[in-house]
Amino acid sequence: MKKIITPISEAVIRELKVGDEILLNGKVVLSRDIGHKFMVEKKPEWLKPILEEAVIYHCGPVVARQADGSWTFVSAGPTTSIREEPYQADVLETYNVRGVIGKGGMGKKTSDGLRKAGACYFHATGGAGALLAERVKRVVDVKMLEEFGSPEAFWIIEVEDFPLVVTMDSHGGSLHEEVANTSQARAKELMAAR
Amino acid sequence: MLPADWKADLANPASVDLTLPVLELIRRSTTRLPQDVIEALVAFRNREAEGSRAANTLDTMLENVTLADENVAPLCQDTGTLIFWVRHPFGFSQRVLKQQVRKAVAEATAKSWLRPNCVESLSGRNPGNNMDPFGETHPVVHFEEHEGPGIEISIMQKGGGCENVGAQYRLPDVAIGAGRDLGGVRKCIIDAVTKAQGQGCSPGILGVAIGGDRVTGYERSKEVILRKLGTPNPDPKLDAFERQLTEELNSLGIGPMGYGGLTTVLGVNVSEMWRHPASFYVSISYMCWSSRRMDLVIEPSGNAVYR
Repeated sequence: MKKIITPISEAVIRELKVGDEILLNGKVVLSRDIGHKFMVEKKPEWLKPILEEAVIYHCGPVVARQADGSWTFVSAGPTTSIREEPYQADVLETYNVRGVIGKGGMGKKTSDGLRKAGACYFHATGGAGALLAERVKRVVDVKMLEEFGSPEAFWIIEVEDFPLVVTMDSHGGSLHEEVANTSQARAKELMAAR
Repeated sequence: MLPADWKADLANPASVDLTLPVLELIRRSTTRLPQDVIEALVAFRNREAEGSRAANTLDTMLENVTLADENVAPLCQDTGTLIFWVRHPFGFSQRVLKQQVRKAVAEATAKSWLRPNCVESLSGRNPGNNMDPFGETHPVVHFEEHEGPGIEISIMQKGGGCENVGAQYRLPDVAIGAGRDLGGVRKCIIDAVTKAQGQGCSPGILGVAIGGDRVTGYERSKEVILRKLGTPNPDPKLDAFERQLTEELNSLGIGPMGYGGLTTVLGVNVSEMWRHPASFYVSISYMCWSSRRMDLVIEPSGNAVYR
């Protein structure tokens, strides 16, 4: 399995193809529904250095606060990405993000955005929250915790050997589209049978 | 953990406090996958080709099950909408029982066994404790007085991803060519699973209610997911239907997480209800592979048993 380390250059991303299994290391920024709306509508300057050549993770973690005030991740698997379809391509371009981690895949608009921005969609195993939380080595910071609540805040974390599959690459490839096409054809067959 | 000497005096309902056993119920259901679901994951994993993405993904899921149990960490970070079914003997106050369930939920959230998943709809404001301040909408608690001498409480943690791919059909449905019979119901189920792809964290478990009204159908479709995988449907006709559907859905090739493969669903549970002659609803609830559900039984002796 290939190791990828943030900050990620465009050249590294362009080499990745659908089906590649990778281990991600370095900075990851969590964001989901309110965060994506906020990023597109407000375009805050303070977020730009945080997201530059980093990776966004669609995840609302279970966190625990330690006695010294620091945070740890208890469970942290991916949430369904398609909800961010209206925003994702804009976010990639505005903040120069190199990848998005989520589950379930995304649509045409994001696929075009990945191609243009030089970014990949990485799939994590949904529901594997306990396993993925173990790969989070450090919670660096959290932004908008009060405003958004813990499941939706911008958590800035460092991950080590975070296991991912490239399911949408920067060349327009999408495993989700392939599987959708074959399964829809099979569904049609089943429905015609009776 | 529940103290070993904990006991309820069911003869004196006013004295019974279920806060601690319900807290323990939440701890177990959030961190331990039911045995029947683990067995189904293993059985389906062994059918996938060695080294395939589907087999690797199912292995990751099983590894997660072990880790969550060992670390007392939530199996999935989305600890879901919390749904309780409470069945109790005559004489208990549902208002008091609900207060105890809510107290346990708030405490489990403070302990990071639950993610604060309850937010005000329009503003998105999160109270941080999984409780709406009016006690009406979260957690969801269904009550029923029953004949039995003990108290039974079932919990389900229904994640947002799998909830979003649930569906309700009104038959006849011209778009998918579904008529008002079992063949029509079959088409609805195939359609719903094909639309869900990997978004509901496949391999999923389906709860299906045929009939009812819009509300009771959906309610029943969730309740039937409580039935253990591998236990036959009491109606032989529906039992055969469930087996056939499981096989057919697994031929769709969606596979674990929608990566392709032989395992798209672990099972289908169907229930038939009575309906208005003008209405024929098929309500489908999709449960992710991380099907967190558990029963707590307060036996007539007062002991708490989890299963």
